[in-house]
Amino acid sequence: MISLRGRGRGRSQTTVRELAHLSDEAVLALIARSDEQALAELYRRFGRLAYGLAFRILRDDALAQDAVQEAFLGVWRAAGRFTAERSKPSTWLLTLVHRRAVDLVRREERRRTEPLPPEAEPAGAEAADEAELAARRQTIRAALRQLPPEQREAIELAYYGGYTQSELAERLGQPLGTIKSRMFTGLARLRDALGEDARGQSGLV
Amino acid sequence: MDDGSPHELSAAYALDALDGDDLRAYEEHLAGCDRCREDVASFRAAAAALAYDVDLPSPPETLEHRILDAARAERPNVVPLPRRWAIPAAALAAASAAAAVVLGIWAVHLSNSLDHQRQIRKDQKGLIDVLSDCKPTPTKGGSGSVCVAPTRKAVLAVDGLEGAGKSKTYEAWVIAGKRVEPAGLFQGGAGRRYLQLTKPVPNGATVAVTLEKRGGVSAPTGAILLKAEVKPS
Repeated sequence: MISLRGRGRGRSQTTVRELAHLSDEAVLALIARSDEQALAELYRRFGRLAYGLAFRILRDDALAQDAVQEAFLGVWRAAGRFTAERSKPSTWLLTLVHRRAVDLVRREERRRTEPLPPEAEPAGAEAADEAELAARRQTIRAALRQLPPEQREAIELAYYGGYTQSELAERLGQPLGTIKSRMFTGLARLRDALGEDARGQSGLV
Repeated sequence: MDDGSPHELSAAYALDALDGDDLRAYEEHLAGCDRCREDVASFRAAAAALAYDVDLPSPPETLEHRILDAARAERPNVVPLPRRWAIPAAALAAASAAAAVVLGIWAVHLSNSLDHQRQIRKDQKGLIDVLSDCKPTPTKGGSGSVCVAPTRKAVLAVDGLEGAGKSKTYEAWVIAGKRVEPAGLFQGGAGRRYLQLTKPVPNGATVAVTLEKRGGVSAPTGAILLKAEVKPS
């Protein structure tokens, strides 16, 4: 999958083999030192997830690719600053993807259809990765199911649909304060339901 | 921020559901709100988990090459991130973990995209430029620090300084030998506040803060509330 193996560029680049066992934080530290292989490794870990998210929001291959590229380049540019942040690298990356995708979708009119429901379409990832992703998907789906429908709706429309809180208020015919409160209460519940997954340093998220 | 508590907006912010004036107002609030930063950090993690509930086509194989090519092409144009960064960041973070979170949040914005970068207000950019490579000195009296970059540009960070009120302002001073120069005004208030000083801070100079009448004065009249002597590096 990784094709850019050790090019002699006057700098000792790590090889893929060395990177596979590293933590996400360590990969990011290498990226901060301009290690291209480390960027490739980060892409191997999260590229598919990033693209899936961007595609779900944007429904367009070219735009989704743009969003993913911007996000990875954002990591490339600012990985050195990340050492100071307390969130996980994957959270940071997905935050970048999300914000970029939402920026793009708000410029396009294409969003004005319903968000896509999640689809169970098998993709050609490695088996271990696939199992890991499937487990995480189950966790988040279970957590979402625990939410009252109106909270879940507000969160899903905001996150997957890219709607602003004001747009949601209008769309759902509710006062803005109600929307704010649904998002806050719902996301707090989701956070608590995800427990360590959300706050902890382990795992992919 | 038209109704309700701004704290509640941490969820909307983490979901990227704020825009325009709402977004700007909330980010201003965030800079001085420890609780909000904690909420945003944990909400972002919860929001990111939503990405896993997506199973759509895999990206084209060319995307990886495209990204790596773009990264390679871009790196020579990027100012290398200074190795020193980790040290002042850690020191700042020790003084207030919140500072690090703010940096992280800004970093997210900074790196979002080129056009977004251009929109970042000059004062925030100035802060980031200084904070990305500076040496902190804790203040005496009050809780805070002065962080001075090799360019001698400096940022003053203070924690929980009581708001100056409508008729008054805090004023920062750079005192070098017998020279006392005004270096910026700020209002204080709950949480951590940042001020990029308008004057360079030479080695051995002292940065001090007094309370003055609104609009500021050209020479200090109030007592020194906090100060930091910047030792030669």
